Order: sequence, then C-alpha cells, then structure tokens
Amino acid sequence: MSILAKHGAYKHAYDALRASGVDPLNVRFDAVLSPTEGVIGGRKMILLGTNNYLGLTFDPDCVERAVEATRGQGTGTTGSRVANGTYGGHKELEGAIAQFYGRKHAMVFSTGYQANLGVLSTLVGRGDHLMLDADSHASIYDGSRLGYAEVIRFRHNNPDDLYKRLRRLEGVPGDRLIVVEGIYSMLGDTAPLREIAQVKRETGAYLLVDEAHSLGVLGETGRGLAQAAGVEADVDFIVGTFSKSLGSVGGFCVSDSDDFDIMRIISRPYMFTASLPPGVMASTLGALEKLQAEPHLRHDLMRNACRLYDGLRAMGFETGPEPNPIVAVAMPDQETAVMFWKMLIEGGVYLNLALPPATPSNVRLLRSSVSAAHTTAQIDTALDVFAETGRSLGFLTSGRRRAAGAL
Amino acid sequence: MRQNTQLAVVGGTDAQIGQSMRNEISTIFEEVLGRPVVIEDDTDIVEDLGMDSLGVMNFVMAIEDFYDISIPLDRIAQIRTVADLIHTVEDLRKGPAV
Repeated sequence: MSILAKHGAYKHAYDALRASGVDPLNVRFDAVLSPTEGVIGGRKMILLGTNNYLGLTFDPDCVERAVEATRGQGTGTTGSRVANGTYGGHKELEGAIAQFYGRKHAMVFSTGYQANLGVLSTLVGRGDHLMLDADSHASIYDGSRLGYAEVIRFRHNNPDDLYKRLRRLEGVPGDRLIVVEGIYSMLGDTAPLREIAQVKRETGAYLLVDEAHSLGVLGETGRGLAQAAGVEADVDFIVGTFSKSLGSVGGFCVSDSDDFDIMRIISRPYMFTASLPPGVMASTLGALEKLQAEPHLRHDLMRNACRLYDGLRAMGFETGPEPNPIVAVAMPDQETAVMFWKMLIEGGVYLNLALPPATPSNVRLLRSSVSAAHTTAQIDTALDVFAETGRSLGFLTSGRRRAAGAL
Repeated sequence: MRQNTQLAVVGGTDAQIGQSMRNEISTIFEEVLGRPVVIEDDTDIVEDLGMDSLGVMNFVMAIEDFYDISIPLDRIAQIRTVADLIHTVEDLRKGPAV
C-alpha cells in the first residue's frame, strides 16, 4: 500500500482507459516537423491539437532571435528576478506587452499557469470576494486557493447569475474581482463580455480577463476578446500566455492599476521561481512583433477555423456554440470517444481527447485547435478522416443526424 | 414559486427549521438526480447519493438559487453530510459574516 493509494479511483479509470489500447494523456511524438506536422509511431500526422494558433513555433526570425539570445546570454537565468536580477529581455518584453495592450504596466511570469496563480492570489485576499466562472481553467481555480479570498462560482457565461451573486454581497465589505476567459479552452466559446462588463460597472467590482486562447486570435489588432467586444476600458487586468499564439512559454499580466509593481514583492509565484530564459523571451518578442505586423495570420487562422467548424457541422457532428480556432466535437460516450480518437490518429490526424473531469458538463470531446499555418488541403484532409471515421463508427449513416446531445 | 416556500420556515423552532429544510433539500436532490432519495442527517452527499463532481455542482447551484445564498467554495469543501449542509445554509441565511 503506497502513499499514493488514495488516488486509486483515478488510477482505476486511467488503467481502464489504457487497457483499451490508448493513452491520450501520454502521446509520444517521434518528431515534430513543423507547426502542423509531426510523427507518431512512425506515421506522419496533421497536428490539429496544439494551440499553435499563429503557427509561429518554427518561424525563422523567431528561431534566429532565440538562438542569438541564447548564444549571447546563456541558456537560463538560474533563478528568480528578486534574487538573480532582471535581464534586458525581461524589461524589453514587459515594455512590448504593455505597449501592445496600450496599458501602463506589464509583468511577465514563467508560465501562464503561474501568471494566474500569482495575480489572483495577490489581487484579492482575506475579506475579498473572487467571482469565478464555473468553467474556469484549473490555473484560475488553483490561483483562487492560493490566496485567502472567499471564492464564489457563477454559472458559466451567465451574467445574470453573476449579478445575482454580487447583489447578495451588497453591504459586505471587501473587494470583488470577477474572473472570466476570452475563449474557453474546451468548447471554444467566448465570454459574454459586454454584459459582464456592465455587471462589473453596476456592482463596483473589478474585472480580470484571461486571454490565453484569444491573444492573437480575436480583436482588430489581436488583443483578444476585450478588444473584440469593445470593452477594454472596463477590463482592469488582462492575463495571458506566450505558449499559444506566441509559440513559446511564459505568462503575463497587464493593467493600468496604480501600485501595480507592488505585485513584484508580494506575488509568490513570481518571486520564488526561475525567471524566463533569454532565448524564450527573444522568440516571444519576435512573435509579438509578427502578430502585429502580419494581421493576415489572424485572418488565415479564422478562415481555417471556420472551414473546419462548418465542415464538421455540415457532416452532422455536434460542435461548440461558435466558430473559433478551438473546435470541439461531442462524443456520445467514452468508448466511442476513445475509438474515434484512435482512428483519427490511425488516419493521420492528431487532436486532443478531452474527458471528464477536465471537460464542462462531463462531455467527452474530440478537441481540435486550428492554426494559421494549416493549409486548406490539411483542413480538408482532416475533414475527410473525420467523415470516414464517423461513417465507420455509424455516426453519419442517416444524413445529418446529430452525433450527441451533449452540447 | 420556490422562494415562497422558504417563508414557511422563518420563525419556526430550530427543530422545525431543520425538518422543513430537510424536506426542501430532499426535493432539490430529487430534481437534480432525477430519482427519489431518502436522506437523513448523516447521509453522505457524495458517497451515499452517488453524486459525481458535476452532480454536486448542479446540486449546490440549485440550493443556492432556492435559498438565495452563495456558498463559497471553501464552505462547500467542508460539507459531507446533509446535517453539514443544513448547518451551512442556516448559517449563510443569517447573512454574511462581516
């Protein structure tokens, strides 16, 4: 009996999954060849589940800048900024992010996960109230536990429920912080941000938007959902990541809030971990410049996203509620989901198999994320493999029959 | 309609409040689970009623709507039995701790 025996229920479920011949939580790539191609088990795959929205991971300029910075400044900072100091790259990256968002302040973290941990645990504390969308990412939930604020969950994408819960707090002291995401990572749905901003104004709360999946994806200049919804002035804090559209790793927070820099000596996930290495910062800066200089990337991305989304719906698959680069297809049960996912890989298409408890409402999802770097031919090939797999599993035998009733 | 039912318990003795709330909670359980349930004070909400995390979330939200309260996540984590739930709801209905 090991100390880990307490996780027996998870082990049992995981073992059962692996017994069916797949391990979707531990896919091994023999090679990753480009933003859209990799090799699994000796077979070349179209990568359709990597969050590589702008396809910049192999951009020659970004790669070159990373190489140059690594040669010039070394592979790592070997410590946190409070101990080992700030490199030029940290300041330059923070300046570039702040300028991109038109905000006074920016702060970078070593991962997007840590950005949420560091910001949420610092903005609110004992006696404050954190209002979370029920479908929030794990990093938001974990960040909420790191501080001591009272955490209240509201129904997903439901401004009325949020309002009701804020109204219940009338007369209670303490700051209120509303946390929502630009694009939710499982179904690709966006937050009703205009309505949420209105609730924020009416109740005197602060608003934080996590634009992890919407930076470089939504908005006229790629600043995310707040820009697309025209409510940037209502958003007090934006958190995001470099690991999706910017093709590297790291997280950030931007704001116009006074006293912003106090977070640098309060936020433990900022202070007690090694800072970003020079090579990562250099490629991120390069990618941020590309994002701004090449708006066609965003247009290519949305064109590909709509092509996949519309194609799957036309075949009768049930997808998320709106076309975005995250395109999720609901499966009726776990057995079918696993089989479908396995057959897609055998057909040369890699995407994510998303199972409860990682999914909202316990749905089983085949989750794809589209890239600007996908060619039309790759999207069409993926659609063909979906159609073929759907037919052989009895999904598409009667015209436009819905695949599942879950979404 | 539901909001009116709760008025019946205002002003009752502790025992009456407990019994009345137990009946209301039982009804909410049945609505969320879609089947009849028998609950006692020591009924374990997860183990005895076979609720998964989604079921618990839906149930908590239904309870919150019915009693017009928000149960903070740390309080939810402390609830195991029906008696714990009744105690928490009663406590929150007195108003937030200021």
